Amino acid sequence: MRAIKKVFDNKALITFITAGDPNPEATLKFLLALEENSDIIELGIPFSDPMADGRTIQKANYRALGSGMKVASVFEIVKNFRDFSEKPIILMTYYNPVYVRGEENFVKMAKDSGVNGLIVVDLPVEEADNYVKACRNYEMGTVFLSAPNTPEDRLRTIDELSSAFVYLVSLYGTTGARDDLPQMAFDFVRRAKNICRKPVCVGFGISRKEHVKRIIDSGADGVVVGSVLVKIIEEYGNSEKTLDKLKEKTKELRQGCIKEVR
Amino acid sequence: MKFAEFGGRFVPEVLIPPLEELDEAYNRLKDDESFKKELNFYLKHAGRPTPLYFAKNLTEKVGGAKIYLKREDLLHGGAHKINNTIGQALLAKKMSKTRLIAETGAGQHGVATAMAGALFGLKTEVYMGSEDVERQAMNVFRMKLLNAEVHPVESGSRTLKDAINEALRDWVASFENTLYLIGSVVGPFPYPVIVRDFQSVIGRETRKQILELEDRIPDCIVACVGGGSNAIGIFHPFVEDDVRLIGVEAAGRGLESGKHSASICAGDKGVLHGMLSYFLQDEDGQMKQTHSIAAGLDYPGVGPEHAYLSNTGRAEYVAVNDDEAVKAFVELSKAEGIIPALESAHAIAHAIEMAREMSKEDIIIINLSGRGDKDLSIVMSAVGQ
Repeated sequence: MRAIKKVFDNKALITFITAGDPNPEATLKFLLALEENSDIIELGIPFSDPMADGRTIQKANYRALGSGMKVASVFEIVKNFRDFSEKPIILMTYYNPVYVRGEENFVKMAKDSGVNGLIVVDLPVEEADNYVKACRNYEMGTVFLSAPNTPEDRLRTIDELSSAFVYLVSLYGTTGARDDLPQMAFDFVRRAKNICRKPVCVGFGISRKEHVKRIIDSGADGVVVGSVLVKIIEEYGNSEKTLDKLKEKTKELRQGCIKEVR
Repeated sequence: MKFAEFGGRFVPEVLIPPLEELDEAYNRLKDDESFKKELNFYLKHAGRPTPLYFAKNLTEKVGGAKIYLKREDLLHGGAHKINNTIGQALLAKKMSKTRLIAETGAGQHGVATAMAGALFGLKTEVYMGSEDVERQAMNVFRMKLLNAEVHPVESGSRTLKDAINEALRDWVASFENTLYLIGSVVGPFPYPVIVRDFQSVIGRETRKQILELEDRIPDCIVACVGGGSNAIGIFHPFVEDDVRLIGVEAAGRGLESGKHSASICAGDKGVLHGMLSYFLQDEDGQMKQTHSIAAGLDYPGVGPEHAYLSNTGRAEYVAVNDDEAVKAFVELSKAEGIIPALESAHAIAHAIEMAREMSKEDIIIINLSGRGDKDLSIVMSAVGQ
């Protein structure tokens, strides 16, 4: 938890890839390529029914599952990553893999492997009592999602229950790179900054330095970038080229995170 | 919000306000006299009430309990699906939505949604797994004819569960002007309640009809269960009565083969499509590929109220395999001149076995949820014609 808190002394670049895409061996290399220019790495646990994800990340989920990726191997990968880096890692998952293992058990396994926080995409606050309790017991960071249509009182609860940061979904839709960000994304950042006490990080649709810069300028504490990185993996697979491209892209995005002093 | 631990609302945050909006609108309208009157008007034109038919020939042939059939197959569109689509489309209209989206497996719910969409002048788009689009070309054409747009879904197993994922993805972006018209008693709250209520017209009529015909409550009610909407529809008004309620799942090529869709009989608790219920999944919580000869039962989960009724023991759940269903399909056709849907044939197969063991004074009611015209080519190849 402390590791995540420290990140928000500055603006944070959070990068996302799916574990096991295109195969389990590749993921550790990709994490190390992302590491230099990321403040937090969000690692997705592949799921058979990724209903909040757009086409790009859906395909990554199927590539990973097709290559035999298991939940236990995701924990293994994080454990191995810890031999090289202390960079905070947050796991992104759908609720069912957590539920079937039991919340307590899942959180403990995550903790033991060196995970710093969890995002459960389809677990709203009403359903999260046991999960939140387990995360508290193991000092596991929690990140709940909110959206532009989340009412104020709900946003307050989400803020209270999110110990790491609050994830702001920028738009009405699924994950995926977009050319432009809608006005509602910026309005939402301003609204959330007035309500939330925790850092707020914006995701969905962000793929370019300009996007990052505009989101940071509107007051966000961080951005989450995923699909554009996953797209690189889709294109170049488990290769040196992918590592170069991931480094290059995160370096570019990083520049958008540096807030201009006015 | 829940049936004990089952049900709930496990969705991305952006869908919470639209679900609240739907819940509020539904609660405001469900007891509203003019809404009820309008709903009844359209249901009447869809063929309600449907007969409760005494299957005399089948009863004599089996030689046990009296077998009655609730004839949902006679409804407009050929299945019980229309009860729900008319209800939800009318709800959409009252909520000032201009567009409907739906998922469909075999196409029955898609067709029923397209019919309701055309009736109420709502733009209708249906998600259907690309595998199902190929298998059910006729229903795809029917939907198009009814002015609906059909989107083949290429992701995952390319069947019903993936069509639901894709419809949810659409709704996340479109909820402002769109209602997601779910076709079974599944999904996040309040869908399992709304669909149950619209389908409960089946059980309310059945109750009244059997009291008129036999002056008593039946001993047993049997219905097939995929998501479980026709079963809940006939069970619900009888839950307080002294009657056995039996849901029949699809055992496909046999429960031991792993190629089936029997989520209560052979699944575990899990969370998908917004609900906590029973699912066919692996130890990591990944959904398994399912199989049934009846496309309408080919789904890895089941409605949360069935999970609840099973857990409390109020309803019993069994499974019937592909071959037994085909046999019952043929048997009812020959005995009564009624061609049942392959889904309903699962209920018939089990009911026949039960009736044989019961006395002649006993009464068993089967929910004949749909007609079998859509299944003729499948049955033709199954019986080797």
